Formats: sequence, structure tokens, C-alpha cells
Amino acid sequence: MPLVELRSLAKSFQRDSESIVIFDGLDLEFAEGSFTALMGPSGSGKSTLLNLVAGLDRPTSGTVTVAGAEVSAMNPTELAGWRARHVGFVFQSYNLLPVLTAYQNIELPLLLTRLSKAERHEHVLTALGVVALTDRAEHFPRQLSGGQEQRVAIARALVSDPTIILLDEPTGQLDAKSAAEILALLQRLNKEFHKTILMVTHDPHAAQAASAVLHLDKGVLTP
Amino acid sequence: MRFFPLIWANLTRHKRRTILTTASVALALFLFASLRSVVTTLDAGARVGSESRMIVQSAKAIVFFLPMSYKERLAAVPGVAAVTWADWFGGVYQDPKNFFASFAADAESYLEMYRSDLELPADQRATFLRERTACIVGQHLLDKFGWRLGQDITLRGTIFEGDWTFTIRGVYRAVDPAFSEDALVFHYSLIYERYPQWVNPGWYVLQLRDPSHASQVAAAVDSMFKNSADPTKTGTERAFNAGFVTMWGNVSFLMNSIGMAVVFAILLVAANSMMLSARERTNEVGILKTVGFTDRLLFGLVMAEASIIALGGAVLGLGAAKALYRPSGFSAMGFLPGFDVTLGTLALGCGIAVLLALASGLVPALSAARLSAVQALRHVE
Repeated sequence: MPLVELRSLAKSFQRDSESIVIFDGLDLEFAEGSFTALMGPSGSGKSTLLNLVAGLDRPTSGTVTVAGAEVSAMNPTELAGWRARHVGFVFQSYNLLPVLTAYQNIELPLLLTRLSKAERHEHVLTALGVVALTDRAEHFPRQLSGGQEQRVAIARALVSDPTIILLDEPTGQLDAKSAAEILALLQRLNKEFHKTILMVTHDPHAAQAASAVLHLDKGVLTP
Repeated sequence: MRFFPLIWANLTRHKRRTILTTASVALALFLFASLRSVVTTLDAGARVGSESRMIVQSAKAIVFFLPMSYKERLAAVPGVAAVTWADWFGGVYQDPKNFFASFAADAESYLEMYRSDLELPADQRATFLRERTACIVGQHLLDKFGWRLGQDITLRGTIFEGDWTFTIRGVYRAVDPAFSEDALVFHYSLIYERYPQWVNPGWYVLQLRDPSHASQVAAAVDSMFKNSADPTKTGTERAFNAGFVTMWGNVSFLMNSIGMAVVFAILLVAANSMMLSARERTNEVGILKTVGFTDRLLFGLVMAEASIIALGGAVLGLGAAKALYRPSGFSAMGFLPGFDVTLGTLALGCGIAVLLALASGLVPALSAARLSAVQALRHVE
């Protein structure tokens, strides 16, 4: 049984009087433990697809099911709780809170759990260890390099041990060396920790790190 | 408590702005407490004075004298137990800005009349009554100028011209804090000696046998002098004091309207600053929503920030007013005796702070809660 199932998915936006169709009857599934790269030109709907899987956006019609839960049928409060437990999201521009240290940024998803302070501490240290930033725990984002910021963002995404990790252009703002480190980290998360990963990228080199690559163009998927 | 570090981090994001906003709220509430305390002190002053004492003054105006011959006629009015009189002296000490209440009074009958309102040691009272140039002063006035018992002080008369030297022979304490401790009382005979041609009592004070007969006594007194050259206006001492407050009526209006407008304007600026601070972080709302923060939690976090600023400002502003005025003995040169920030004013100030927290926090908190994560993230990207 696939971990993520998109069935008859339609999504359109209204811009003034014009209706812009992104997907119209898309069917797609991802297996548990897969590492898929989603490629395509700007405006092809890659980020929209990611947002739909994360429950950040709602389909016009059709269903999104993740680990047996129908995400598209949840109300906003249920979605927030579901996201906190099942989704780790990584943005192109890192999106760390600038007023919090690396440690505090990583701890954010755990604040929504019932874990004690000591348990949260243990989880954060583990995540920091996975991304090899234990010595940067008390640094603020402005004190970190782009690659380090993205590693903190990845640590934040995996600290609550989510069902799926979604990444939107994770290497888009990084130099080649930092990008390679991030991709190696993602491969390790997939192979060692069996994390299911869906990554949107423009970069063919980044896509090579994934075990499967899908191309999306005008709402149509091709292998 | 687990979210406090996040709230605190947001509050200290722009330290200078947070400090200035909190200071604005504190200043506004300090002003509010100060202005409102003027009004409440004036109101308290209007309640000072006995219902069993009546004041007889010139019907023309308080500045006109009444004949000394009225004394015996007033004493003979049925229901009157005792009579005393006094004059407003209006002297200044060393400098015109050192102005305070000073009276020339018929000392013995005056002290007897106010025996229950003033605490004056028996030996000091006896010395004061014995010495022609003696005076008594309130404890607060003594402390204010650093005077001591037995010291000679010279006042410059503003109505009764010339220098007037008195020896402080008594220091009184007011039983009721609203009764001024900033007054000086000396012997009426002293000004009579210098101005025998024209000085007369400024007002008489009548002690009633029964306060319930006040209106009959007032009617009897005023009708007795109705057709004389110096008609009278008689009322209870409390009404007399309230009359002084009425003279302050426009000041109270200014306090309540213009003053409050200034306070309101400062609060609006503070509220705008607090809303601006929340609006700047729209993208972070999107990040937190992506992480799994619920709409309700985000609403609470924004409201908590607004509340900390508003209530922090309230504690500083209202606390400073409460700590400053009473211990320092501030009394606006004796015109606002017992000036203090009442519990009612503090409660009202806290109420304003809560309203400010709601007004400044509600809009950004609601928009943070209502905004979808995608919309909020797009704000950044």
C-alpha cells in the first residue's frame, strides 16, 4: 500500500475573472521509504503539489491520502495537528525564525507534543547530531552559513520523526559544495533512517540524488 | 510556559521598539493616573468638612468681609452652639512660588471648633494661644520647608501688605488625610492691629447643635442679614468646600477631556507600533503553521505579546504614580491635600491596559489565525 495517494486530484486558482487550472484529474502515489524528485518548469505546479500533500493547500476536488489519513477532508485544526505529527517541511529559503537559536528552531515542532523538556532536549540533540551541527546549537540563523541554515531546517523537519519529509528546492540557494552536503544528508536520511522524501527541484544534479524522478509539466506527470 | 521563550524572543526582536512602546504605555497610564488623581482628590476634598458646621460668607463674594458685629447675632441664632471666624491671609514665604494656605483666625474658638479634625499637642496649643505672634503649621508644610518648632518665619503679605514674622509654636496633624496639612494659622488680632480700619472676618464658622437643623439655621441667618449692607450666604462646611471644587470645575473638565485625549493619542501610537510589529512577521506565521501551530495557538501567542507590553506598561506607569505621589507628600502646594492614586484609579488604569492589549493584539492575532499558511509564506517569497 502506498504511503501517499493522490486520486483524481484537481486544483485551480481564480485570478480576476480567469480560472487557472493547475491539475485536472491527477493520480499519483509514493511508496513508503521512497526518495522522489519532482522536476518541472516554473509554474508547472510542483510547489502546489507539495503544499497539497502537506495539507497546506486544499484541492479543488479529488483526495490526498497520507498513511491512510485523508488529508483533504481534515479541518484546519486537524490539519495543523496532523502536520505536526506527520510532515517535515523544508523550504528553499530555509525559513528559520531569526530570533531563535538553531536549537530553539529545531525544538519548535516538539513544543506541540507532550514531551517533557528533558525529552525535547534529547530529541533536539539527536537531530543536531544527524545534521552534524551540535556545536552550532546556540547560534542564531544570521551566524550560520546558508548550508548550515538549511541543515538546521532539515533537523527541524525530522526532529519529530515525521512520516514524510517534503522539500521545496532545498538546494536552490546554496553553492555547489553546500548543495552536495545537503543531498548527501537527504540520501542518508532515506537509506539509514528509511525516511520517505519528496523533493521539488529545478536542478538535474540534485534530482540525481533521488531514487526516482518525476517530471511535471502543465499538470501532467511523466517519468 | 513552554511557549514563553518564543514570546520573549519576539518581544526582544526589536528591543528599542519594545522598550519605547512599553514606555509609551507607561507614560500614558502615568498621566492617566495623575490626571484622574487630581479629580478624585478634588472630589475627596469636597467631602471634607462637617455637616454639623456651617460657613457664613458674604453673599456678594468670598472676598468681601463681614462685619464683626455679626458674631453676637450669629451666636444668638437658635441651633447655633458656637461661632468662630477667619480671614484668608494669602502670604508667600521668601519667594512668590512658595505659596500656601494661610489664615488669620480667632485662635481659641477656631481650635475649639476644629478640635476633632486637628491633632495638636496640648502644650503647643497653650503656647500658641498665649503668644500674640505665634502660629501653628501643618506637619507637611513644616517638613516641606524644613522648619522646626520655635523657628521664626517671615511671610510677605499679598492681601495684607508688608512682612509678617511668626513663631512656629505648634505643628498639627490632620485626622483625615484630605484635610490639608499645608496650612498656617495665626492670630486674627495680629492683622487687626495693623489694619484696624478695614479688616473684618472673611467668613464665620457656626457649630450646630443638631446637623438636621442646618437648613433652618441657614435660612434664619440669611434672612436676618438680607436687607443689610452685607447680606450673607450660609451653607454647610461640606457644601462650602464643594463650592471650591466647583471653582475647579473647568480644571476637572480639562483633566477629563484634553488630558484623556492626550492619553488616548499616546495609546493609539503604542497600539499602532504593536500592530506593526506583528504585521512584520506574517511570513513567520506561515512557517509556524507549516510546522503545525494551530490558528488558536498563534492567536494566543500574538495576544500574549500584546498583553505583556500593555500590562508591563501599566505596572510601570501606574506603579510609578502610586509610588511617587503619596510617599513624596505631593499636594500641589497644599491645594490638593491627601493627593493619592486611589485603588479605583489603579483598577481603571488596569482596565485601560487590558483594552489596549485587546485593541492592539486582536487585529494582528485574528489575521495571524485566519491567514492560510500558503498566503503567509507567499508574503515572504
